[in-house]
Amino acid sequence: MTGWSKHTGMATAIDIENIDTDQIIPARFMSAPRSDGYGGFLLHDLRFDTTGNPRPNFPINLFPAVSILVGRRNFGTGSSREAAVYALGDFGIRAVIAPSFGDIFAANCINNGVLPALVSNKAATDLIVWLSGRQAQLNLNIRSRTISFDDQTVTFTLNDASAQKLLNGWDDIDLTQHHLSAIAAYRARRAQMQPWVFPANETAG
Amino acid sequence: MTTLLDKLWDSHEIHCGRDGRSLLWVDRHLVHEGSHHAFSKLAERNSMVVEPNLTFGVADHYVPTRGTAASPAIVRMIETLERNAEKHGITYYGQLDSRQGIVHVIGPEQGLTLPGLLITCGDSHTSTHGAFGALAFGIGATEVSHVLATQTIWQSRPKSMRIAISGNLLPGVGSKDLALAWIAKLGADGAREHAVEYTGSAVRRLSMDGRMTLCNMSIEGGARFGMIAPDETTFAYIKDRPFAPSDALFKRAQMYWETLTSDENAEFDREVCIDASEIAPIVTWGTSPEDALPVTATVPNPTALAGTDSERVASAIDYMGLVPGRALTEVQIDQVFIGSCTNARIEDLRAAAAVLAGRRAKVPGLVSPGSQQIKAQAEAEGLDHIFIDAGLEWGNAGCSMCVAMNGDRVQSGKRCASTTNRNFRGRQGRDARTHLMSPAMVAAAAITGHLTDVRPFLKERLTE
Ligand code: SF4
Repeated sequence: MTGWSKHTGMATAIDIENIDTDQIIPARFMSAPRSDGYGGFLLHDLRFDTTGNPRPNFPINLFPAVSILVGRRNFGTGSSREAAVYALGDFGIRAVIAPSFGDIFAANCINNGVLPALVSNKAATDLIVWLSGRQAQLNLNIRSRTISFDDQTVTFTLNDASAQKLLNGWDDIDLTQHHLSAIAAYRARRAQMQPWVFPANETAG
Repeated sequence: MTTLLDKLWDSHEIHCGRDGRSLLWVDRHLVHEGSHHAFSKLAERNSMVVEPNLTFGVADHYVPTRGTAASPAIVRMIETLERNAEKHGITYYGQLDSRQGIVHVIGPEQGLTLPGLLITCGDSHTSTHGAFGALAFGIGATEVSHVLATQTIWQSRPKSMRIAISGNLLPGVGSKDLALAWIAKLGADGAREHAVEYTGSAVRRLSMDGRMTLCNMSIEGGARFGMIAPDETTFAYIKDRPFAPSDALFKRAQMYWETLTSDENAEFDREVCIDASEIAPIVTWGTSPEDALPVTATVPNPTALAGTDSERVASAIDYMGLVPGRALTEVQIDQVFIGSCTNARIEDLRAAAAVLAGRRAKVPGLVSPGSQQIKAQAEAEGLDHIFIDAGLEWGNAGCSMCVAMNGDRVQSGKRCASTTNRNFRGRQGRDARTHLMSPAMVAAAAITGHLTDVRPFLKERLTE
């Protein structure tokens, strides 16, 4: 994964609270291999009617080239399915802006280079009103934690660890390799002090 | 003045980074069919599972609960897990294993879940295991591959929150009602970024099955995880389980487990108090678990609300096909489902059977026990006959209609009274309508064909 610090792209609003991960990608698509791309599954049942026809007025059908979504409270609530973020990423979404996120969803975003930009309720509402029925350009800056549009700028919240990962495109497995001896020491200590933690077939020997 | 959260966290911290994240040791890692993305990531790195003895696999999300697998894609999901389990030498509970069941049911059942452990699984309801005083949380596929490769995980310490539940639950009111009550009160993101510890007399009186239901639902209130300090009830449950320590080692472990409580004066970032005696049986009416009301209430009226609340409620009522202002007990249902990691343990099945015994269901439904062992236990107690005689189907163990991945689903536009944890749009099948409630309440709805207060049914039972 490559890191990024700035992004300029078209944004649109999904003016719905509690967009859960079952809506972001319905379960029935999750047995598909990733190599085929998950973008077509994004918000599938909101985007398409039961006969498979696109609902013409759904924002990302109107504006399929957007790379930024603005949502309401509790975006990504629900399951741990990382496929929800694959669907966003494969569709071309680089950032979701919302006043609250499901915690696991936000972590999954970071691990896939998608920015979950946490803003105040007011900022989210302002953006949604500004974007109402249209797409428009936003500038995102991870270092300064800012979103700018027209001549306005709003700030978002992102902890340092998440920012570093997005900026550098870091994979935690590489990072963890620096701690192998500490891990081994911890394991030995745990096996000695709390042997029941290790199932019998292992501690018996 | 330490909280249980801090004790558990500190005892697993290998390293604390400058960015504030902790590198934590993982004692148990549970995988299921959905973990295939994580295994692929591992294969891309040419890595192997570093601690196969601490990794356990089970087929649950895609296994058929009636007949054979519904599609080749489903068969492939199960076979992929099987192959990965074999390749990496991890213990695997396959479809035909008598210990198979839903991952959050069999972990405790097999004694894999113990107080003081850190447990991860690529599934949000891993919070269930917190009922034992374990630090247990769901993770995404990238994190699953990290745990497979290193047996550790990077996490930021959540804020601490105590939900103190005083008083007594009334007859006919259970752990599911308690969970829905606090989620309705605080919202589906009410505990966001927090680890919830449940305390108080009502929690102490819950059985392990009830505690697991409560912790299971923590995630529906937005919590990172739920926890209950272990006590005699916990220790009695664990004793003699296959993977639990025995004899002298059990005693030694118990001495440690007894220390796993929040200190008396421990301070929490947030505290919420609930009086259990004020809770009535609850049903959800909308498309988020926060859309929950006592069954005696009426469908909310969006015009009485303002702004986004009004829009959200109107949209949920539209999806659910309800009429504002109508009594919830007038809502007719098409079918019922008793199952899932929330409410398919033996006590849940007993509670439903107690209502259904000698009665007929007006609507069809499926009962899917949480594990094969629970299924066997229920059959030994004759519960299967009660369900079958009532007209319900008695299935095998798995996630089944909770997530509609294995082909068990609610048809479009149909309404299901369900013991599961999510009433999201399309969760039980495209355009399906889900009402969440306790197993006893589902049983009552089955008998009448509409949402129903179970309490009169129980009264009759007590005087019979
Ligand atoms: S029963 Fe439902 S909630 Fe539980 S693990 Fe399975 S799919 Fe997830």
